[in-house]
Amino acid sequence: MKSDGQSYRPESNSAIPMLLSFFCSSPPMPSLSVHVGGLDLKNPVLLAAGILGTTGASLCRASRAGAGGVVTKSIGSVPRAGHPGPCIVHVDCGLINAMGLPNPSYRDFQEEIDAARRGGAPVIASIFGSSAEEFAQISRSLDADAFELNLSCPHAEKYGSELGRYPDLVESVTGAVKAASNVPVWVKLTPNTADILELGLAAQRGGADAVVAINTLKAMAIDIETGYPILGNRFGGLSGRAIKPVAVRAVYDLASRLEVPVIGVGGISSWEDAVEMIMAGATSIQVGTALLQGYGIFEEIISGLSAYLQRKSITLEELCGMAGRRT
Amino acid sequence: MRPIDVTILDVVSEAPQIKTLWLDRDLDPYPGQYAMLWIRGLDEVPMSFSGPDSITVQSVGEASEALTSLGKGESIGLRGPLGRGFTILGERILIIGGGVGVAPLAFLGEQAADAGREVTSLLGYRCCSDMIFLERFQRLGRTVVTTDDGSSGICGRVSAGLEALDIDEYDQIYLCGPEMMMWDVISKIREQAEKIQACINRYFKCAAGICGSCCLDPEGIRVCVEGPVIRADRLLESEFGRYRRGPTGGKGPCRG
Repeated sequence: MKSDGQSYRPESNSAIPMLLSFFCSSPPMPSLSVHVGGLDLKNPVLLAAGILGTTGASLCRASRAGAGGVVTKSIGSVPRAGHPGPCIVHVDCGLINAMGLPNPSYRDFQEEIDAARRGGAPVIASIFGSSAEEFAQISRSLDADAFELNLSCPHAEKYGSELGRYPDLVESVTGAVKAASNVPVWVKLTPNTADILELGLAAQRGGADAVVAINTLKAMAIDIETGYPILGNRFGGLSGRAIKPVAVRAVYDLASRLEVPVIGVGGISSWEDAVEMIMAGATSIQVGTALLQGYGIFEEIISGLSAYLQRKSITLEELCGMAGRRT
Repeated sequence: MRPIDVTILDVVSEAPQIKTLWLDRDLDPYPGQYAMLWIRGLDEVPMSFSGPDSITVQSVGEASEALTSLGKGESIGLRGPLGRGFTILGERILIIGGGVGVAPLAFLGEQAADAGREVTSLLGYRCCSDMIFLERFQRLGRTVVTTDDGSSGICGRVSAGLEALDIDEYDQIYLCGPEMMMWDVISKIREQAEKIQACINRYFKCAAGICGSCCLDPEGIRVCVEGPVIRADRLLESEFGRYRRGPTGGKGPCRG
């Protein structure tokens, strides 16, 4: 277990809250600010990659809705239209998607990042490529507050988890981007592997500032009237409530062994889910599929988390990894 | 929701390239709402309802071509009704439609007339052979027609027909058609933009408000769930009429 205290930085020293608590009947609002993976965030609730991340305007909107940071749609080196539809299918407790990494290429994306930054929260550019050099080239060409390496998309040939399931490739891609860029590098890991910990350790060896777990689980839905696979790509990645327990376990395992912070993502749709993920060891969390409920989800999770910390009289730092300390 | 299996009861040719698919059930949509139609093995595309149990399609690409080639008894997958449709407001309403964009407006006009509203229609077509649903509108009230080539009605764009009407008389204006036609109308009567409900088109992928491909600059309006009907005063300072994003998310010119 990494040492606490490095991951969190209180927003202010304790003098002012103490004074406030002296005059007010209720205890001070707990600080939600967090230093994670090389970034200072006003709160630990981020917008996940691939969700409302195609345009600067929609990222800005997430930022203004309260997100502590926003991750863009994954950006590659050439324009891609993505897979034919249907691109999503709702299933019990979740969503399967196969968007197919649509993006205008990094050459046409800087203006979106610049627009997204007007929202105030750090903008993390998710990037993908088929080789370490391609990742490095994109990271050299984009100006963002951090990069999140998509080594985990489960439904695009030659990209994502097709590289990301090999620890040696995870390490070399991470190392190449670290060498090419001067901003923090986060590595998003795939759960479609026998041992996600191996992938996390590889990212750490490559110099990752944080790992993000998990991406979607490979999944499929079939139309029983006709036998056709519903998604245009035939299979895709499962997200949403269904995968939360899988994500909690992955984050728990990673946080128990890695020195670098773990950012938890997968099925978080309430403040209770956020608390659970942080207890598993996540220093911050990302929200994706729950945006189906609208942008209000950020405020809902943030205020719920804040009220929880207040009720329990604990800090975010104390909450982080609590499950690992319970024996 | 998973796509439901819908059988095509009948296919009616409305004009060259334009057909109406009659579905085997009433899906109870609001006018202006749309459905994602899944042509199995090919693609899924958004289409507006032209009635509670009908969809009218213009063949413009591979997917719409496949839809217009469907025969009676064949089936498609369908997600919907989706999005926010038109809201019927005021006593006297004006419908302004262009081309196949008149389809959701015919549906709206019929509901408005049933609810006792006075309906006037201004319809623009390229030529007289494209004049779909004219009788549906004429049954509702006064109908002014324009054609680009002058083969019927007033010669010129839809906006030329505005001069035949006193815009101030209407409590609410309902607009649907090619983007540049809509932009032309909105800019000509921009002081009335607050009373214009425009049914617009953007590139939809998820149709659930999460993928972000249809978001409108600069506010980031998710057209697939917050639209496709949007009040025109929100469009005035937006990308609408200036550019639109395609499948890659990159910006391109507006069509039509």
